[in-house]
Order: sequence, then C-alpha cells, then structure tokens
Amino acid sequence: MAKPMSKVSEAQLIPISFTLNGRLQEIEVQPHELLLDVVRERLGLTGVKRSCDVQVCGACTLLVDGRPVSACTTLAFEVRGRSVLTIEGLAENGKLHPLQQAFIDHGGFQCGFCTPGMILAAKALLDENPDPSEAELKHFMHGNICRCTGYKKIIESIMAAAKTMRSGK
Amino acid sequence: MLRRFRLEEPESVSEVSELLGRFGDSAKIYAGGTELLLAMKEGLVQYERLINVKKLKCKDVTLESGQVTIGALCTHHELETSQAIKENLPAFAKLEHNVANVRVRQVGTIGGNLCFAEPHADPGTLLIALDAKMIAEKSASTREISAEKFFIDAFETALEPDEVLTQIVIPAPTASARNAYLKFGYLERPSVGVAVAFNLNGQISSMRIAVGCAGPAPRRVQEAEALFEGKSKDDAERNLAEAGLLAGRAAEAISDLHGSQEYKEHIVGVLLKRAFLSALS
Repeated sequence: MAKPMSKVSEAQLIPISFTLNGRLQEIEVQPHELLLDVVRERLGLTGVKRSCDVQVCGACTLLVDGRPVSACTTLAFEVRGRSVLTIEGLAENGKLHPLQQAFIDHGGFQCGFCTPGMILAAKALLDENPDPSEAELKHFMHGNICRCTGYKKIIESIMAAAKTMRSGK
Repeated sequence: MLRRFRLEEPESVSEVSELLGRFGDSAKIYAGGTELLLAMKEGLVQYERLINVKKLKCKDVTLESGQVTIGALCTHHELETSQAIKENLPAFAKLEHNVANVRVRQVGTIGGNLCFAEPHADPGTLLIALDAKMIAEKSASTREISAEKFFIDAFETALEPDEVLTQIVIPAPTASARNAYLKFGYLERPSVGVAVAFNLNGQISSMRIAVGCAGPAPRRVQEAEALFEGKSKDDAERNLAEAGLLAGRAAEAISDLHGSQEYKEHIVGVLLKRAFLSALS
C-alpha cells in the first residue's frame, strides 16, 4: 500500500486549494463535506441554494471549470486545483453579466430562488454554444426547475443574453 | 446529510482491489458519486470508507480492430460528445445525451452507472443489445463478462467483491448494422427503456432485443428475437405486435411509482415497435 491508513474515528483533513470567483482559496475539508455547505457555511456565499438535494432541481448549480455541477452532491475535496464560479462572481467591476441584465430586463424570475442556478447553467450553455436553438436551450436547461413562473420569460432572457453576448457588448 | 467516512485514493487497479478485499462491505468504490452519494445522504447505505478511483487510467474511448473500448471512468458528458462514439455508435451517443440532466452527465461515469445497477438506468439496456463486454479486473486477473450476464438484480451485478470494472468493449457496428434505444417516463428517471440491434442485408439477422427500467434489471429478450431472425423488413413488421407482447412479459415489470406492471408491459411493446422502425429508417 502506498500509505498507512488511519482509523475511521479520527477526522481526516484534506488540504485543498482552488479558485473561487477568481480568488485563490486554501482550506482543509473532511471527505464527507459537501461543496454546497463549504461555499455557503464556511465561505459565506449564499447565492447557491439547497433545495431538492438530489441533483434534480438545479438550485445548487455551480460552475466548476466552466461546467455545471450540483453542489449538493459534490464532495468539496473534488474542486482541488479547479476553478469554481458562483453567482457572486459573475458581475465584473460592478457591471452585471449580460445574463443577469437580461433576466432583469425580461422578467426572467419571480421569487429568485432558482435564478442563481438558472443563470450559471445558462452561462455554461452559452459559453459552449453561443447561438443555441430553442430546442438546444431547453435540452440543456431542463434540469433547472422554476416553480414560480414557468419558463417562457427565462427562455426569452437567455436568448436575449445570447444575442447581446454575440454582439460583444 | 452525509455521515463521516474516510477517503482512500489508490492509483492502480490492484490497489483498489486490495482495499476492497481488505475492507469488504464497509468500503465502496466512489467515482462520480451521482448515485452513491444520494443513497448515502438518504441513509439507505453507509460506508466507513470510500475508495475514490478517479486516479485510475480508464478515461479513454478508443476504436481498434472493430471494437469501441470505453474506459469505465468516462463521464456521460464525455461519451455524449465523443467523436468516436458519435460516429460509430450514434444510438449510444444519443442515449448518453439524454441521461438525467447536464449536471449529472458532467460528473456521473458510465462505470459507476453500470456498477450501481439502479434499475431505472439507460446504458445497460443498449449495451446488452449491442453485445458489449464488461472487463472486470482484480489484482492478479482480468475477465470478460457479457453485458447480458452482468446485471443480476436491482443494485446487484456479477462483479466479485474485489473486482473493478475498468472497460466496456462494444463491437463496432458494420455498414449493415441497425440499432436504436428508446425510453419513456414521466418522472425524473425512465419507466421503460427498449433497445434493438440487428443486421439488415435484405433480411434481418443477429437480432438482439433488450428491455430495461421496467423490472429489477435490464435483460435480453431472446424469445422475441426469434420472430425477426431471417425475416424481410415487411415480415418482421408483421410480427412486431407479438414480439412486443413477449418482450413486455419478459421485462419482469414491477408496479411502482413509475407505472403499473400492465402499463409498463404495454409501453415495452410500443417502444419495441418504435425502436425497430426507427432503426430501419
């Protein structure tokens, strides 16, 4: 064996370093700590929400190296050496991201609980596919659930943001 | 809420196998975690140790001597976007494109999906129809398990306690090969999945049919395959209703939240017909 193994009862601490919204974080986590709890409770960023807790609803969506994951079911140690983006890291120099602005302009939210996850998932979509068809958008976004308003204005918001982003504004 | 566990991070298959042998039921392999962590959070299963296998080198898709070999650690996202899969096994690429949602596809692995053997999973059914082989390794030996022998029951596979699934090997379809996978469901997971694979050279040969999700484990339906063997397209189409009935019964459908037994048996028949016609087109 590569290394001796200690008893289960002793706390195992894993030192990890990762980038959170562009800033280096160096912390120690236990193996069972979830990314959602670490980001919300230990690092104080509460934009990411716990809701279904079983990877169905998308309220806990974070981007890890640009790709969406469910923070509720991601072990925190998995982000070592990687880059994590939360909704708090999206605006640059006080200027909202085009997706954030489009959700405001097009009424893409009501209570707002699903919105951080919606916007981050939509960012991952547009980064990989800047000009999605509505069918492609729906397929990518179908794992993000809104229980207030329906999806028409969300789709309009994402399409409008895509247009803005393509125009480079 | 996850209970505390210890993490092991071995770098070779023999180390993984050795850990499995040493810790037995108190340890479990962890790859993407999309199914395991949910079961642990619900308190349905508990482990003192998780063995993170992501340092193993089984992450490639290769096409060699008429076989597509898929590393067990490939994520669903890697498979839905793999050029080799899209070109050689488009039905499999499409299946992977429609697994769960984008976040699950991002971290969930094909090996984890197969080994966890959740009954309402897609890949096993198509892999049985495609006559895939699972490569199971442990410290001193390697063996092949055919996909149709791999799934024993709900959450139970043919793997020995210290065996590790490292690769899935699929014969690359020839020019005359036709195949399709269709699923239907109204909850997060499918209620029924049906796969067909055959060769078409004027007549149908090497017909394979598999059904999944409806019962405890995906299974091959040889009794329905016989109705297609050696038939022309038109003759085979006339047998679809009877084949659907046989496949429905063979699905060992269970009445649950995903539908009653009778409903699932009916849907198996509907999907078999549609899968066959879609494979022809």
